[in-house]
Amino acid sequence: MANIKLDNLLKSYGDTEVLHGVNGDINDGEFVVIVGPSGCGKSTLLRMIAGLETVTSGEVSIGGKMVNNLEPADRDIAMVFQNYALYPHMSVYDNMAYGLKIRGIAKSEIKRRVNEAAEILEIGDYLKRKPRALSGGQRQRVAMGRAIVREPSVFLFDEPLSNLDAKLRVQMRLEIRKLQKRLGVTSIFVTHDQVEAMTLGDRLMVLNGGYVEQFGTPIELYENPQTVFVAGFIGSPAMNFIPATARDDGTVELQNGDVVPGVATTGTVTLGVRPEHLVPHDKGMFQIKVLMREQLGANTLIHGVLKGTDTEMVVSLAGTHDISEGAEMRFSAAKKLLHFFDATTGKRLS
Amino acid sequence: MLKRVHFPTSYLPYLLVAPQIIITLVFFIWPASQAMYQSLLIEDAFGLSTEFVWFENFQVLFEDPKYLESFIRTMWFSGAVALLSMGMAIILAGFADRVIRGAMVYRTLLIWPYAVAPVLAGALWVFMFNPTLGIISYFLEGFGIDWNHYLNKSQAMGLVIMAAAWKQVAYNFLFYLAAMQSIPKSVIEAAAIDGAGPLKRFWTIVFPLISPTTFFLIVINAVYAFFDTFGIIHAVTQGGPAGSTNILVYKVYNDGFVGLDLGGSAAQSVILMILVIAMTVVQFRFVERKVEY
Ligand SMILES: Nc1ncnc2c1ncn2[C@@H]1O[C@H](COP(=O)(O)OP(=O)(O)OP(=O)(O)O)[C@@H](O)[C@H]1O
Ligand SMILES: [Mg+2]
Repeated sequence: MANIKLDNLLKSYGDTEVLHGVNGDINDGEFVVIVGPSGCGKSTLLRMIAGLETVTSGEVSIGGKMVNNLEPADRDIAMVFQNYALYPHMSVYDNMAYGLKIRGIAKSEIKRRVNEAAEILEIGDYLKRKPRALSGGQRQRVAMGRAIVREPSVFLFDEPLSNLDAKLRVQMRLEIRKLQKRLGVTSIFVTHDQVEAMTLGDRLMVLNGGYVEQFGTPIELYENPQTVFVAGFIGSPAMNFIPATARDDGTVELQNGDVVPGVATTGTVTLGVRPEHLVPHDKGMFQIKVLMREQLGANTLIHGVLKGTDTEMVVSLAGTHDISEGAEMRFSAAKKLLHFFDATTGKRLS
Repeated sequence: MLKRVHFPTSYLPYLLVAPQIIITLVFFIWPASQAMYQSLLIEDAFGLSTEFVWFENFQVLFEDPKYLESFIRTMWFSGAVALLSMGMAIILAGFADRVIRGAMVYRTLLIWPYAVAPVLAGALWVFMFNPTLGIISYFLEGFGIDWNHYLNKSQAMGLVIMAAAWKQVAYNFLFYLAAMQSIPKSVIEAAAIDGAGPLKRFWTIVFPLISPTTFFLIVINAVYAFFDTFGIIHAVTQGGPAGSTNILVYKVYNDGFVGLDLGGSAAQSVILMILVIAMTVVQFRFVERKVEY
């Protein structure tokens, strides 16, 4: 068990800096998900924590100890790779036992731990097989088993579910979550899938272009996104963004001249509102021209544009609604559900 | 009625394969059949009379202790060459696999020896180890080692083994490097996280995973040491001193063109031919076989 501290972590490859100072404290037993679009530096950050990449500057501490210069083997971590990275020439049993043998653990103890892990993960029947004789989901379990038999103080996962089909992904997601809660081991999980991130993480670290955009609980990220990026990244369908101009009286004016209650500021702002927070209202401040309607059963998605502009808008209504395409509708949203961001920096205006 | 697709008869395909067929016929099939025919004849040293003797040449050969000696020597030599050159290659490939910067330069330099003709490679080593002029024998003298491969049998053997192995390192290196690079990096990283140091990783992960390449190279190197080392032996020791480096392929030449025993020499080359065919079959079986790990 251990907490992890990232202190101003920086990584460059030659002249290109890919991580620009990452900070974060991860508590003992916490499940933290690092999420962000492809190429934002998630894997690089995880591999720096694992010791597979050198740290250009800054510090990584595990359990209160600076580990920058420790070999991966000495950091008391276990990692699950995206392609599982099982040893192809070893049986499932040997794959799991390998790390224990190297650490000189007694045969009987190895056997006990491997069997226990195999039971938890329901792979007891395959212990004698080679990895190539397993399905993707089974390999995934073996990779997990290899991590848990080591009884490390930190688990690191690099997109371990991305090679599985959708159904299995959801199932494994739940299993990983349950397993982590049961073992109580501090875990860092990398993914680019925001749904996976929201469901798994106690807290999410949203990375974008090598910067941490926000680090907080899923609900904090949803209710109080600190940047336009986080606002657009968390939630599905994504938040609507409307360019607007702030006026002296604390309201903002949309491009089509409509006025919406806003924040006390001046200049151009970005107004954000989630599709599920828009409700039909006769005097609603958002006039939307409906272009297309998607009936999903449980809810209805309305795609359209803000009247008089070409700003695309999506509205999500619960239940089924018979709305004709081409219609014009008015929607409103509670003031506290409107988000305002600085149009140039993308930072939240409170 | 079915319509058949008709290709106009053309001589072009035949024309295109003709050079290869002619080369095979002139430089392989014809001399090989000549050798087989010759191996059944006994010719006097002046070439005045020949006598057809069926398998007498082979019978004489198998009863000749010198032939058996040469056979064992060849096995020895091949084993040593294969072990030395593959050992060197695997170490170099192991390092090259880790190198990121300057890897191209390093690899190119390592491939050069392969482009050197065997006789030249031999000449190079002769110069370096020349008992009176050679730079290495000069240094060896500093360590109290009296180097003279013209007189010392084991030194002579050592030198041809080194020269032959050196030339083959590049070839083995290429195969080993390719094999090592085909191992997913994450597997090695997983082992590192599991606590295996570089040597442990090599022996427990890399080496087992490249074993198909090792099998393949063992055959290739044995064939090389058996047949392609003539030039090196000829340049370095000419089979001496006292026949101590007279391996089978050199003995064919020596008995035939120096000793003028054409029938016996032809019989030896037929045996070598059978050996190379056997090894090739083994090699194909390994290549075809599904790799088991
Ligand atoms: N060895 C390297 N040399 C130079 N640049 C690199 C190297 N490795 C990664 N990068 C760059 O660093 C950035 C971050 O890469 P990283 O693999 O961490 O992305 P990621 O967030 O994990 O993306 P994905 O979701 O696609 O896996 C990328 O822009 C990548 O091009
Ligand atoms: Mg990645």
